[in-house]
Amino acid sequence: MKILVPVTEVATVEDEFEIEGTAIAEQYLGADLNEWDDYAIEEAVQLQEAGVADEVVTVTIGPEECEQTIRQALAKGADRAVRLWDDALEDIDLLGVDAKAELLSAVVDDEDPDLVLTGVQAGDDAFGATGVSLAATVGYEWAAVVNHLEHDFEDGVASVRRELEGGVEELTDIELPAVLTIQTGINEPRYASLRGIRQAQRKPLDVLELADLGVDESAIGSAITLTEMYEPESESDATIWEGGAEETAGKLADLLREKGVAQ
Amino acid sequence: MTDILAVAEHRRGDLRDVSYELVTAGRQLADETGGELHLAVISGTVEDFAEKLNREGVDAIHTVTDGEEFNHDIYTQTVTQLADALDPQYVLIPNSVNGLDYAPAVGANLERPLITDTIALTTEGQTLTATREMYGGKVETTTELEGPAVVTIRSAEWPKAEGTSDATIESFEPEIDEGAIRSTVTGFEEVGSGDVDISDAEVLVSVGRGIDEEENLEIIHELADALDATVSSSRPIVDNGWLPKNRQVGQSGKVVTPDVYIAIGISGAVQHVAGMKGSDTIVAINTDPNAPIMDIADYAITDDLFDVVPALTEAFQ
Ligand SMILES: Cc1cc2nc3c(=O)[nH]c(=O)nc-3n(C[C@H](O)[C@H](O)[C@H](O)COP(=O)(O)OP(=O)(O)OC[C@H]3O[C@@H](n4cnc5c(N)ncnc54)[C@H](O)[C@@H]3O)c2cc1C
Repeated sequence: MKILVPVTEVATVEDEFEIEGTAIAEQYLGADLNEWDDYAIEEAVQLQEAGVADEVVTVTIGPEECEQTIRQALAKGADRAVRLWDDALEDIDLLGVDAKAELLSAVVDDEDPDLVLTGVQAGDDAFGATGVSLAATVGYEWAAVVNHLEHDFEDGVASVRRELEGGVEELTDIELPAVLTIQTGINEPRYASLRGIRQAQRKPLDVLELADLGVDESAIGSAITLTEMYEPESESDATIWEGGAEETAGKLADLLREKGVAQ
Repeated sequence: MTDILAVAEHRRGDLRDVSYELVTAGRQLADETGGELHLAVISGTVEDFAEKLNREGVDAIHTVTDGEEFNHDIYTQTVTQLADALDPQYVLIPNSVNGLDYAPAVGANLERPLITDTIALTTEGQTLTATREMYGGKVETTTELEGPAVVTIRSAEWPKAEGTSDATIESFEPEIDEGAIRSTVTGFEEVGSGDVDISDAEVLVSVGRGIDEEENLEIIHELADALDATVSSSRPIVDNGWLPKNRQVGQSGKVVTPDVYIAIGISGAVQHVAGMKGSDTIVAINTDPNAPIMDIADYAITDDLFDVVPALTEAFQ
C-alpha cells in the first residue's frame, strides 16, 4: 500500500503584530509544520511500521523556503517528498480550495496512492476543505475529521471514527482508495530523532512545476480574492487587572471570594 | 439564477440549531439577490423536519427520503442534483463536521468555488463578500468572489429563524448511483464519560497549551484544590494524554456552564469557546492581550501563568 500525505507549512503569528495591506507584516510571522498534518504523517508512518504501507510520500505546495518543514516530515519517517511550486503561484495571496485540490490531484494521478492522509485543516487559512475536495476531484472515497483508524483494512475497507460535535463519534467504513482528513489526538506524533534528521537530508525531494504536472495556469487562478485584513474589533468589556502577579492574583482572589468560591 | 439553496442538518432524529441559523443567513442573501430561499432536508423523518423548518422567510422545502442518517455519498449526490435542477446562486451548508464532510465535494462536482467557515456574508450583483477569520481568530478577513459558489457558515453567528411560513413542501427524488456509495455508517458512540462530569462543576480551573509541559499541570491541580474546583482543559492537553477526554471543554468535548470559568493559557479558539461561552463569569490568564479569549472574558490578567497561578493558590492557603 502506498500512502500520500499532503503536508503544509503554516504561517504563525506573534502575540503583537501589524497588518500591512491584506497580510501580516513579514517580521511578525514564523513558519511551522501544520499541527494537523503532523498527526497525518504519524499515522502514515505507523502504518508503515506495522507493515501495512510500503511507501509514504509527502506532497507540499510551497516555495523553496518550506523545504525545512518538508525535511521534518522526512525525518519523522516519510520516504520521499514532492514539492509543487510555480512562478504563477507567487502572487496569489489566498490559494483557493479548488486550486489546491487541482494541484494535488495531479500528484495523486502520478503517484496512484491507495490512501491519502491530510490534516483536518491548516492552522492559518483554516478552510478545512482541501482533503474532501481532493477526493471528489480524483474520484476517491473520503472521510473528514477522523480520530481513529483501524490498521487492518480488511477487504480494502478503512474502518474509521469521525469525531462529531458534542462528544459523539461516528463509526464508518470507507472503501479504498480514499482520502482521510486526520484530527489531532488520533496518535502521538513523534519527535524526529537525530538519526532521522540526518537521514532526511539524503531522502529524495522532487520539485515540480505546473508544466511538469500538466496543470494549466487557469486552473489555479482562484475565484477568491482577499480584499481586507484587520484585527477583529474587540468586543471585550473585560476588566483588565494591572500590576505584578502578586497584586493581580490578589484582585482575582478577592473576586473569587466575593463569588463565594472556596468558602 | 438568484435563488439560495440551504441544506439543513440533523442528527439522531433532531434538527441541529445551525439549520435555523441557515434560514436566517439564507433569507438575507435571498433578499439581497432578489431570489427565493429553498431548503433541502435529506434522510430520516424528513416530513417532520420540513414542518419544523417552515419558518419565516422560507419559500420552498425539498424533502429527500433516501437514507436514515447522514451519509456523505447520498448528501453529495443529492445536493449536486438539486443544485443542477434549481441553479441557485449560492448553496449554503453548515460549517459543521458533517458539513465539511460533503460541502467540498459538492463544490468540486458543481465546479464552483467554495468558501468555508464564514461569519458574515453580503452580496451585490455577482459579487459575494464573505468575512472569515484566519490564524486562529487573530485576524478577520474579507474575501470576494464572483459568480455562484458553495458557502459554509459557522454556527451561532446568525440568529435562529423564528415564526412560520407557508413554504411549498415538495419531495425531490434524486437518482442515487448506488455504485458511488462507498461509505457506510455503522454506528455512533458517546465518548468522554468518566468519574467526573465537568458540566456539573460550579467552578472550573481550565488549562491550555500555555502550560507547556505535563509536569507543570501540578500548579493547576494545586490551584483547583485550593479553590475546591474541578480541572478541565482545552483540546491539546487531552490530545497529549495529560488529562482524560472527559475533561475537554469545547465543540467536540463538553459544554460547560459553571459560575466561574478560569481559562489559563487558553487562546480561545472558536471550537473551545463553543463549549464555555455560557459560563457565568469568565476569567482569563494569558500573556497575549490580543488572544480571542479576551473578547469573552469578564476579567483578565495579561501576565505569565507561572507567576499568577502560584500567587493565586497561595492567597487561598
Ligand atoms: C474539528 C475541530 C474540533 C475541535 N474541538 C475542540 C474542542 O472541543 N476543544 C478545544 O479546546 N479545542 C478544539 N479544537 C482545537 C482548537 O481549534 C484549538 O486548536 C485549541 O482550542 C487550542 O488550545 P489552546 O488554547 O490550549 O492552545 P493555543 O491556541 O496554542 O493557545 C495557548 C495560549 O496560551 C497562552 N500562553 C502561552 N504561554 C503562556 C504563559 N506562560 N502564561 C499565560 N499564557 C500563556 C498563549 O498566549 C495562547 O493564547 C478543535 C479543532 C477542530 C478543527
